[in-house]
Amino acid sequence: MGMISKVFEKIKSKRDLSGNKQIIQLTYIFVGLFLMLIVYISLFVARDSMEIINNTYNKREELFTERIIRGNILSRNGDALAYTDSIPGMEEKRIYPYANAFSHVVGFFGNGKMGIENTQNFMMLKSNNNISERTYNDLNGIKNRGDSVVTTLDTNAQLAAANALDGYKGAVVVINCETGEIVTMVSKPDFDPNDIKEIWNTINNDSENSPLLNRATQGLYPPGSTFKIVTALEYIKEYSDYNDYTFDCKGSFAFDGSVINCYHGLSHGTVGFDKSFAKSCNSSFANITTKLDREKFRATCQELLFGEELPCPLHNEKKSFVPINEKSSTDELLQTGIGQGNTGITPYHMCLISCAIANKGMLMEPMLISEVRSSNGDLVKKYSSKEYKRIMGVDEADEMKHLMREVIIDGTGSRINDTSLYTAYGKTGSAEYSLDKTKSHAWFTGFAETDKEKLAIAVIIEAGGSGGEKAVPVAKSVFDAYFMK
Amino acid sequence: MHIIFTEISKYIITIFMALYAFSCFNVFRYNSEIKRKYIYFRQNLYMLAIYTITFIVLVLRYKDPKYLYFYLASMTFVVLVINISKIFYSKANRLIINNMCMLLSIGFMMLARLSFDKAVRQFIIAVFSIVITALIPYIIGRGPFFSKFSWLYAISGLFALIVVLLFSVTTFGAKISFTIFGISFQPSEFVKIIFIFAISGFLAKSTNFKNVVLTTIIAGIHVIILVLSKDLGGAVIFFVVYLSVLYVATCNILYFGAGLLSGSAAAVIGYKLFPHVRVRVKAFLDPIGTIETAGYQIAQSLFAIGTGGFFGMGLGGGAPQKIPVVAADFIYAAICEEFGVFFGICLILVCVSCLVMFLNIAMRFTNKFYKYVAVGLATLYGFQVFLTIGGVTKFIPLTGVTLPLVSYGGTSVLVTIVMFSIIQGLYISVRNGINFE
Repeated sequence: MGMISKVFEKIKSKRDLSGNKQIIQLTYIFVGLFLMLIVYISLFVARDSMEIINNTYNKREELFTERIIRGNILSRNGDALAYTDSIPGMEEKRIYPYANAFSHVVGFFGNGKMGIENTQNFMMLKSNNNISERTYNDLNGIKNRGDSVVTTLDTNAQLAAANALDGYKGAVVVINCETGEIVTMVSKPDFDPNDIKEIWNTINNDSENSPLLNRATQGLYPPGSTFKIVTALEYIKEYSDYNDYTFDCKGSFAFDGSVINCYHGLSHGTVGFDKSFAKSCNSSFANITTKLDREKFRATCQELLFGEELPCPLHNEKKSFVPINEKSSTDELLQTGIGQGNTGITPYHMCLISCAIANKGMLMEPMLISEVRSSNGDLVKKYSSKEYKRIMGVDEADEMKHLMREVIIDGTGSRINDTSLYTAYGKTGSAEYSLDKTKSHAWFTGFAETDKEKLAIAVIIEAGGSGGEKAVPVAKSVFDAYFMK
Repeated sequence: MHIIFTEISKYIITIFMALYAFSCFNVFRYNSEIKRKYIYFRQNLYMLAIYTITFIVLVLRYKDPKYLYFYLASMTFVVLVINISKIFYSKANRLIINNMCMLLSIGFMMLARLSFDKAVRQFIIAVFSIVITALIPYIIGRGPFFSKFSWLYAISGLFALIVVLLFSVTTFGAKISFTIFGISFQPSEFVKIIFIFAISGFLAKSTNFKNVVLTTIIAGIHVIILVLSKDLGGAVIFFVVYLSVLYVATCNILYFGAGLLSGSAAAVIGYKLFPHVRVRVKAFLDPIGTIETAGYQIAQSLFAIGTGGFFGMGLGGGAPQKIPVVAADFIYAAICEEFGVFFGICLILVCVSCLVMFLNIAMRFTNKFYKYVAVGLATLYGFQVFLTIGGVTKFIPLTGVTLPLVSYGGTSVLVTIVMFSIIQGLYISVRNGINFE
């Protein structure tokens, strides 16, 4: 005690004990704190506030709609996907020129909000035209035009996808692997947002077709053989000698009392690792699954974002899930390994996995909005791509890419091989979804590569039958439309 | 018509407010009150202009003559305060009086727009407070005997805090208010001033190690009781005030450093120990992610500030009623939404000029007790402003503190006016050459 008190009393300022020096220091500290606060508030307003107020919890919409004509939603090609018709004296009307084609992703405004109309609500309710023009309009009681949001959606690819899925239930998602830009997002059945008020009751109560459900991000489907991407990846990780793998397929595989059959009971003969994947041999993959470490397998699924919150620029996306853990039964494990069982995945998630494979294992943060522009066309804000997360190693991604190429050259994905516009990679799937084993959802996921771009895709057609026969041609027509331009 | 007027008026109001804020610092260029006279007069004109334009906007927008009556009553009151104080306290510091009236007026304007009843109640409280504090500067000038009762201050302050802890009503998760005869009090507001008198008395007597330890223990008990009452804002304010006074009294950077260290340690322990502290921090770090729960208030506040932008939506043009507790803790967000962030920044500058003036007055004292009282009151005021504005703008975690003189709240207004009056008394004493030696 005495020691400490001596230390404290020794160190006193020798010259000035009035305390005024300390008061001056306090003054500087406080003034400094307040200056930081002022700089912070200014930066918040000038730079960060738009992101914050563009939130569905901000209930200030009516304040803005009194002063601002809602801005446009544009495709990457510059086509208006939504605009507001404003004739003085008439009620404003929101027009969707492509009617059903963009219904889920662009969404609607009126009777609530959905899609980009919801997430970018406030962006379109601010006007960044020059201040003198705005003030002049304000003073004269003329409404200003709100800013336009430029999406990453490609008109041609979207229309091709909507067209290819016509008459089916299903979804198509296309994402640029190196930038994360969402190029296409289609869900069927759809609706015409132009008539949202009139059709609202009908579509909202249509539980059989659920046209309001965005199947791309909210539809959970059994992955079928597309899940062999995950199983194969895990095998590569655990066994460096995977190229020496062989299996003699007799059309079915029995293990511990469980039996796995190949598609339509077809026997594939002697297959290596590549062939098992290219031909989508269930028996061989069931065999592969028996060799996997459950805990590592579960961890890999988690790295691939199963059971995790997905990065998604739209709201209410669903999490995918895989049921394996230490306690899973052998049957459950084998079923999971070939993509049946209780696994559920969204087409959007499926597309993200292909994205990462094409981009050497690095998943880019998916984005839907590339720019905000004033109604005069001046750039207000530009969003740039960023990395989200590495979800597999570079070598693993390369090997997966090789496997997915084999599927196209000499496997179930051959229907997308005959083109010089791009090189295709992928995996098909025919996912059984009921006790009736003859019925299946048709899946395809993969990517198309050119010198300039890599586009990943996921296609699902509900009850479409074989993925190779039904889903692959849809992918082809979407890629063709995109790369043909 | 009213839309055009509102639109033009918001720019004019911003300009006048900027001129006012600038003049607050211009004052410091001159050392004598006589030379500052012209600046003070201009400040009164800016004030009058802002107040008048604002109420024209309100009358035009709501088409109700009650705003006109309120304007006449409150304007008369402000003019009277400024002029009567000139007569009775000819040596008073006019910057403090002007700023007090300016801050009260800003509160009146915003409250009149948010809730006319609250504006009227605030006005009545302000009149009452000014009347009962009118003699404080005179009493302060009478003598040094205030320094003699340190133990009395400490014990009565602690007693009040303990009573609150045991018997008070919980509002917004904190036990702070107290209702007697239908009027709700927040005793901790009064205790702030008594606390400053107590620690100033102890430290003025001696700053030997033993006495410092004793004073620190007394201050620590205050802080702990406030933490137990879940009044985090209060606890942090008491701590900062004590640390500042201790530093000035001991002139010893070691105490300051040790205080900061133990304060940080206490913050970490508080975070680990109390769930409500963790909730506040979580809401601060990610108000949007926690918008459905803890982040709701702060997110609504940020929506308001961001929506207003630099020039605001114009009075009546925003939607500040969507912010919870907007009239009290979140009034700064409402001001930014409707008057604009430029106006809000000018408001900060006005508060800073008060703080600088308070500390300036503290420096003129040689009497230790009064010097420490002045430092304590200055840091009390300054830090409270910092906590509330920093909190609602998400610069720091939210602590639920009112903006002195602007926020709605009886105790807060009364106590702040008492503070300003004490400082005024100290200033007059110095000018009269009384140093209580």
